[in-house]
Amino acid sequence: MIVAKRKPFAEIKAMLKGYKKVLNVGCGTCVSVCLAGGEREVAILNTEIEMTRKLDDEPIEIQAHTIERQCDREYLAELDALIEEGKFDALMSMACGVGIQFLAERYPLIPTFPAVDTTGLAVNQAVGWYEERCRSCSQCVLGMTGGICPVTMCAKGLYNGPCGGTNKGSCEISSEQPCAWFKIYERLKGQNRLDSIRKINSVRGWDDQTPRNLVQPGYKKPENMAR
Amino acid sequence: MSTEKISRSGSNLEKILKSGQFAFTGELGPPRGSDVDEVREKAKFLKGNVDSVNITDNQTAMVRMSSWAASIIAIQEGLEPNYQMVCRDRNRLAMQADILGASALGIRNMLCLSGDHQKFGDHPDAKGVFDIDSIQLISMVKQMRDESKFLSGGDLHGAPKMFIGAASNPFADPFEWRVHRLAKKIEAGADFIQTQCIYNMEKFREFIRLANEEGLTEKVYILAGVTPMKSVGMAKYMKNKVPGMDVPDDIIKRLQGVEKNQVAQEGINIACEQIEEFKALKGVHGVHLMAIEWEHKVPEIAAQAKVLPRPKPE
Repeated sequence: MIVAKRKPFAEIKAMLKGYKKVLNVGCGTCVSVCLAGGEREVAILNTEIEMTRKLDDEPIEIQAHTIERQCDREYLAELDALIEEGKFDALMSMACGVGIQFLAERYPLIPTFPAVDTTGLAVNQAVGWYEERCRSCSQCVLGMTGGICPVTMCAKGLYNGPCGGTNKGSCEISSEQPCAWFKIYERLKGQNRLDSIRKINSVRGWDDQTPRNLVQPGYKKPENMAR
Repeated sequence: MSTEKISRSGSNLEKILKSGQFAFTGELGPPRGSDVDEVREKAKFLKGNVDSVNITDNQTAMVRMSSWAASIIAIQEGLEPNYQMVCRDRNRLAMQADILGASALGIRNMLCLSGDHQKFGDHPDAKGVFDIDSIQLISMVKQMRDESKFLSGGDLHGAPKMFIGAASNPFADPFEWRVHRLAKKIEAGADFIQTQCIYNMEKFREFIRLANEEGLTEKVYILAGVTPMKSVGMAKYMKNKVPGMDVPDDIIKRLQGVEKNQVAQEGINIACEQIEEFKALKGVHGVHLMAIEWEHKVPEIAAQAKVLPRPKPE
């Protein structure tokens, strides 16, 4: 899932400076599961903002609303009436970067601010602990690397590792960081597939250097689509 | 290693290795500033004592004078540079441009490296490029040199003349992988290899034995990496803090066993004993001496290691 963490409070406070009526929109999917931007986190942040603004003698009216998914028009639409009537002078989003942008795009006349930093595509290792596993590079090499991603987990994103910095199974950057290629080596050895990485992996093209658009086979972009 | 005896790059180091002589290379770290004299001062100690000098490229991810610029100064001082290039700081466009420029200015050796992670250096928040990795860099230089083609496949006019080097760390784990990685670098096009600093001789002998067994030492020239210990503190630091470094306790004990003012000399003694063994070790074709910030000791070490005078190929 997509994981995110709340921005430092001072940064959030600075963004909202001068705005008196704000709607904070949570997202009920990924960021809710990773405890960053669901209903509960929206409520906590709003309370903190209200309190600090009160103490500063600059009161703010901040409302909360969490929708199922901010990356989906169908769910965003349920905000239309609320935002129309609310006359908010700013919106805040606790969704991932995708959701924040879709919200901002839907209400282009209202300033929209992010309350979280999106940190990646991660697995849930334990409650509250998320480990990045995919950089969505568009060219998956997991078949060759025994199901361990070197693009994400190797600090140098190497394609022909492990490099000379492998340190007792850890990456040279930290003993806390496992060496991706060491793990790849061990996994492939266990599968008797080391040949897979003894071949030279030639230079790859980076397909993620321009914004990517995906239209699945059998589908097409609708004509006259509002953007 | 191609069996041909002629030099394709015009490199002095290549000629020496191809003539079957034991090579001896040194290292020079460019300054953290634009002071040419700093390079010249270090160069003075290396001239005539080594066949080629590695000019490091933002080593340990600290910003320094660019390696190609320092390489040119080295040439002016009568040294043959071994121009180091890391994958951390440049994308494929910048790398190819610098390779062409280096060749145009008379640089004839290149060492292709991944590079220490930027986290170690003085700009830990920098974006690491790693557009291509060290093995891909080796094959890119080879393609430019031998096929006159850019990485893209497009034609280039005036192939860069380079004797292509790569690094090998026999001590990083998994140990069995190290020979495979060496094989990959040879397949990619490495002409010569310089190893990580060797302290664990037993492990290194085993590495070379495996490389001999795989026939790899017939295909590439291997220069064994030697760094004399300056102090007990340095030995402990290398053992505990430098990733991929293997310093056996015996080395530390030996340094601790001499009078304090004799530790540096003992470090040099150890290095020279290693060099003596490398001269006779099948599969080793030379030594790469990394006297880190100790360039002024190189004449003394070279003399004690009995590698002087250096050959002067035609």
